[in-house]
Amino acid sequence: MNFNAPHIDYAGISPIIALTVGICVVLLSAVFKPTRRLAPGLTLLTLVATAGLLIWQWGETKQLVTGALRLDDLAISISLIAVLTAAFAVLFSIREPAAEEAGSGEYHTLLLGSVLGMVLLSEAYNLVSFFVALETLSIPLYILCATNLRREGSLESGLKYLIVGSLGSATLLYGMAFLYGGTGSTGFEGIAIGIAHGGLTGDPLIMIGIAMAAVGLAFKTSIAPFHQWTPDVYQGAPTPITSFMAVATKAAAFAVFLRFFDVALGPEASDWQPALAVLAAISIVVGNVGALGQDSLKRLLGYSGIAQAGYMLGGIVVASESGVSALVFYLAAYAFMNLAAFAVIVARERETHFGDDIRAVRGLGAERPWLAWPLTIAMLALAGLPATAGFIGKLYLIEALVEGDYTWLAVFIAIGTMISVAYYLRVVAAMWMGQEQPGAVPAIAGASPEADPVDPEASRRWYLVGPAVLCAAATVFFGVIPQPLVDFASHAGASLF
Amino acid sequence: MINVLLWLPLAVGIVGLFLPKKVTGWWATLGAVATLGVAIGMALGFDSGSSGLQYTVDTSWIPGLGVDYSLGIDGLNLFLVLLTTVIWVGGIAFAAFREQERPQLFFFLMLIAETATLGAFLAQDLLLFVLFFDLMLVPFYFLFGAWGHDRSGEGGLTAPAATLKMFIYTLIGSLLMLVAAIATAILSAKGGHLTFSIQELQQQGLGTGSQRWIFWFFAAAFLVKMPAFLLHGWMPDAYRAAPLPALAVFSGVLAKVGAYGFLRIVLPLFPAATIEFQEVLLVIALASILYGSVMAFTQTNVRLIAGYSSVAQLGFITAGIFALRADGADGALLQMVNHGLVVAPIFVIVAILVERTGTEDIREMGGMALRAPVLAALFLIVALATLAMPGSANFIGEFYILNGLFQTKIVFAFVAISGVAMSAYYALRLYQGTMHNRKPDGVASREIGWRDGIVLAPLVLCILGLALYPQLILHRTDPSVKQTVAIVTGGPAPKAQLADSEDGWTGYAPLASGGKP
Repeated sequence: MNFNAPHIDYAGISPIIALTVGICVVLLSAVFKPTRRLAPGLTLLTLVATAGLLIWQWGETKQLVTGALRLDDLAISISLIAVLTAAFAVLFSIREPAAEEAGSGEYHTLLLGSVLGMVLLSEAYNLVSFFVALETLSIPLYILCATNLRREGSLESGLKYLIVGSLGSATLLYGMAFLYGGTGSTGFEGIAIGIAHGGLTGDPLIMIGIAMAAVGLAFKTSIAPFHQWTPDVYQGAPTPITSFMAVATKAAAFAVFLRFFDVALGPEASDWQPALAVLAAISIVVGNVGALGQDSLKRLLGYSGIAQAGYMLGGIVVASESGVSALVFYLAAYAFMNLAAFAVIVARERETHFGDDIRAVRGLGAERPWLAWPLTIAMLALAGLPATAGFIGKLYLIEALVEGDYTWLAVFIAIGTMISVAYYLRVVAAMWMGQEQPGAVPAIAGASPEADPVDPEASRRWYLVGPAVLCAAATVFFGVIPQPLVDFASHAGASLF
Repeated sequence: MINVLLWLPLAVGIVGLFLPKKVTGWWATLGAVATLGVAIGMALGFDSGSSGLQYTVDTSWIPGLGVDYSLGIDGLNLFLVLLTTVIWVGGIAFAAFREQERPQLFFFLMLIAETATLGAFLAQDLLLFVLFFDLMLVPFYFLFGAWGHDRSGEGGLTAPAATLKMFIYTLIGSLLMLVAAIATAILSAKGGHLTFSIQELQQQGLGTGSQRWIFWFFAAAFLVKMPAFLLHGWMPDAYRAAPLPALAVFSGVLAKVGAYGFLRIVLPLFPAATIEFQEVLLVIALASILYGSVMAFTQTNVRLIAGYSSVAQLGFITAGIFALRADGADGALLQMVNHGLVVAPIFVIVAILVERTGTEDIREMGGMALRAPVLAALFLIVALATLAMPGSANFIGEFYILNGLFQTKIVFAFVAISGVAMSAYYALRLYQGTMHNRKPDGVASREIGWRDGIVLAPLVLCILGLALYPQLILHRTDPSVKQTVAIVTGGPAPKAQLADSEDGWTGYAPLASGGKP
């Protein structure tokens, strides 16, 4: 009797294997040796190994697991962004009360689990793996949001994210069912063939399916009007987790958004393009206007993330190679800008009584230049000012949009950016133009959400200052010499078309 | 050489960040002087007969996006580059003589601003221009906000609020310009080779329909920067908040980037739209002249008198450019340099006066000339240049502008002439109010010290030098200006361009047709 084992491309799935092994090891390490340092160390090791394997596979394009996954440069680049962000989140979590309350081993296991979901999601090539990956990503995050067990806000954030996230997932799943019904296939390419071949343009089944899938994905990428959870969840979650969610989740969700719409629904592009363009425009307006009055830096970044998601959605709207490249470039730039900002917020949160309130950074310019500069650069870059990666990112996106005949959306990006300057520069003004407010002096009674500064020396810790300076430096570097990152992004774009 | 010119200020600024507080001002001054030296060296080697670009650098910067790092000097920007370097020496030296808070950062920002401004003047790639144009704003945001004055007690805004207002106003224009620049490149390429090089774009040409909206996106950016009437809302607050050394360079140079942008980009790239909207722009220019002049009559804050007078002067410059005649544009370029050279000393003098009187209200000043004849004499020269006294280079500039305007749009020229008369009133009012009249109590009338003398004297010498020999500029700018204007009007030496304007009520047929009936 002959037994034909299916061919398994172990090289292709090696990053996934590495992450899975890492998850087991980190979880077991917590059981056997509950020291504080061990779990973060092992997590970082896992992430480094995964990153190494991903880079090793750079340039490959192959289908894995009988077509359920597809490894290409888009998947690798997005996975690298997610892994990098996770590594920074691990650094930010050192001495984080949430990590200790929930148990360091469990906390890091969940983090790695979410990264695994992201890697899978960026490679997903059929509806089943798409959905499974999305849930692998989301479920650990629901728990991570609530790991700050003694703080009501954290628990509320976890619950809120769970409910809204489930709603998004359910909508998406329902949409997938319609698409399967309409095209008879779960594979992305099969769906594309089904749509093109059957001449089903205008088929209500498919249209409903596309609409519901778009809504589900819009929930995950926090595109308005499906964004309401974002500011609350961002504010409530432990800050290292917020930084991870803001960057990595967005990157992974956008990867699958791209693949799903540009590949599976590509033949139907002219039908969904205007709808997505309108969503992008709404997002830009809602995010930027919402951020204007925010005093909490995490909420501010949450709203700013909604607006930025609107800009990035423009890269999907045009459904072209340059659109994909622009989106990947923007995601990479966005990762640097946001991580620099979050590193500073984490440091100030532990150092002052103000939590993530804007007062926490007042007078930072004179007091702590090593924190003030990264946050300044991050804010200027998010506002899209030149000599930062943010400017080049916007330039890239606008170029793709004009090329794709969506100049009006490019103008929307310009208008949104103008509004955004008002709140980004408010943070900058607080740092450089406000009076000093030494963190050591206790705040007025009743004004402080946290009782004591967790770590009065936080802004001298290498694991906070280092990432902040590194990310800010990268933001400026890729603003002045963008070509390496442009090459990186255009590889990703080329792999899809 | 051109790279040294551009990046030297930035390099000096970065080094200055790590120097001790006392030295950093002098180090910055030295850097600014060295930059000026490089600029003068390049001006001496400039071939005045050629209309093309010289000292060009052109390398690919972001090949993936079609952006080049391309710089060059021709008649259009040669003297604006010189102006920038001269004014910056003045501004930085003036600041170096005084105590500054956080001096390392202050001078670092000043020097970044110089690099950005030079970049905007030198850039020959559309996107590089936009980049530097935006970048110019960032250091001034910090300079105005962190070193500025809080006017919230006087019915104004706090410094951060005023600078934010300026930033948002200016960014409205420049972001639309970014979209417009990209659209220009993509629409011109028509699916072919994507480039942002201004020269190549000009050859590729752009459809008239696209030119219309792109023209306005660019015009918005430049008119806000100037600022022109209706778009000047940021100016009063920002001018009142700004620290004076920074304001001197800001007002002296940055406003000209807007006017320069019209000549460098709008006229060559969007000729059809330029002709179409010529009269609209002229109306805006005239409105700026009238509004700026009238406001300069009535303001009592000396900064605002100077600020509104700039609005009027920039209106003149815009009118000269949109006369669409070589002499009008020549005059506009000359006037840009002239205005930079007068407005920067005015702000330096204002700073000196404020130190002596402790107020910025012209009603509480006066009587300074008696004890400070040298200061008064220097100010008088500047004031007379401002009002375009015959014999000053400003007179030549305004004459050329009006001459150009007269030949194409005579009605506009008549209105513009009133601006010349009005400038006499506000310039003399400023001079008399501060120097003559009775000296109020509490005003210390002191002669200027040698320190401020060193700063002011060279600027005044430049004014005098240009008054004696304006041909220095006109001779070198003329070939490039002719070429630029000819792109719009067609033909190398247009005699009767804008034939259709003869019929309109604003065209003066006998002159427009070269005097022949």
